[in-house]
Amino acid sequence: MIEAINTNPVELKYALEVKNLNFFYGSFQGLKNINLNIAEKHVTAFIGPSGCGKSTLLRTLNRMYDLYPGQRAEGEINFYGKNILDPKQDLNLLRSRIGMIFQKPTPFPMSIYDNIAFGVKLYESLSRAEMDERVEWSLTKAALWGEVKDKLTQSGLSLSGGQQQRLCIARGVAVKPSILLLDEPTSALDPISTAKVEELVHELKKDYTIAIVTHNMQQAARVSDFTAYMYLGEMMEFGKTDELFIKPKRKETEDYITGRFG
Amino acid sequence: MLDKHLSSQFDADLNSVSGKLLEMGGLVESQVSMAMKAFAQLDADLANQVISREREVNDFEIMIDSACTELIARRQPTARDLRLVMAISKAITNLERAGDEADRIARRTKHIMEDSASHGINTAEIRLAGQMAVSLLRRSLDCFARLDTKVAAEVVSEDKQIDEEFRAFVRKLTSYMAEDPRTISVGLDMLSIAKAVERIGDHAKNIAEFVIYIVKGTDVRHIPHDELTKEANS
Repeated sequence: MIEAINTNPVELKYALEVKNLNFFYGSFQGLKNINLNIAEKHVTAFIGPSGCGKSTLLRTLNRMYDLYPGQRAEGEINFYGKNILDPKQDLNLLRSRIGMIFQKPTPFPMSIYDNIAFGVKLYESLSRAEMDERVEWSLTKAALWGEVKDKLTQSGLSLSGGQQQRLCIARGVAVKPSILLLDEPTSALDPISTAKVEELVHELKKDYTIAIVTHNMQQAARVSDFTAYMYLGEMMEFGKTDELFIKPKRKETEDYITGRFG
Repeated sequence: MLDKHLSSQFDADLNSVSGKLLEMGGLVESQVSMAMKAFAQLDADLANQVISREREVNDFEIMIDSACTELIARRQPTARDLRLVMAISKAITNLERAGDEADRIARRTKHIMEDSASHGINTAEIRLAGQMAVSLLRRSLDCFARLDTKVAAEVVSEDKQIDEEFRAFVRKLTSYMAEDPRTISVGLDMLSIAKAVERIGDHAKNIAEFVIYIVKGTDVRHIPHDELTKEANS
């Protein structure tokens, strides 16, 4: 077992503390003894080659894997001190606190307004006026309000790919979560939409804790405060993004980020 | 560079820009060496050759700088690659300035030759410091080519000897000029040449410090020498 180099500074407050996390797809071990802390109101990026376990790790953080039989996690994931791997954990509540945005935009086949309102209604009973306010608030947070305010009744599917992804982010934000998990949120988007989503990440971290999985190393360098490099289910190096991209501590990390891997 | 990239074109680009830096370094080294020879032998032809080749040094700087910019734009280098490109960009500035100093030595030498007054000033320290500066410059480029941090630390340390010779010469020059005011005019030219030599040593030292930055990722400028040596040998 390789001991991960971990330079997470101690003075930060952590939203999530992952301890000795192992994850299994049936008999295949997808994650091996992961330890890391995700700092509150910061952006943490997971990078690594395909199959390294970065998406798997992200999906354990709100137990998305529970939807699939035969997948199980061992260890601890403490969300402000409470272990979310506890079988008694209410999963719907958990996912309202820890939202997720996927690679492909997945708007519901309903109006832009209802895309946002749908999730909110599951957890809160708001008056029409309050709901209007919440829809505007979350679309503004997702930097989409200006583009859609005159067509809230149109289908979410009528938007462009970049707008759809921001709609999904607005939908995630609308239930006022604590953490947003972004799984390759821009890999299906053009550069302009990508830049808008990245800009949004910068804005959102003032209020939310963000974890992002990305294939695009430059994106990790641009948006994150901390970066974790994963390989074959192990955490190879975790530290400040600036340090990891200028002076990585491990040769394996250096080989990967400089394109010498292979 | 160590290890190969998945993209062989990236390797080729990095190697090409490193190669150009060394080529420029060779040119500057020969400029300094020729300027010092012109000074020692009071050879106007050599001095003129140095002055006329100065433009080539400047052209090199512009070409390499643009190659570095292009590499950053196209490849977004990270980690050691990024440090290498940044160091090359800074090293060529130092080389270009060392080239300017060679030019200054050549021009001041011609000025001394035009000054008819005989002076009798012993210039042993300048000539010695000049040889040391040429050798330091060569070794700084050698350690750049081989990414040898041990030699880099030696270069940094040896630059102090040039500074020492410079100070010794200034002390001597002051007394010459105090004794015989007719030596002041030529004395000022010599002071300028001595200072140029001392600056060339500083540029060689800076290049050596960049080698440590490339390999170790630590910026060793302005840190105590024993810490620098420790870092270089770690």
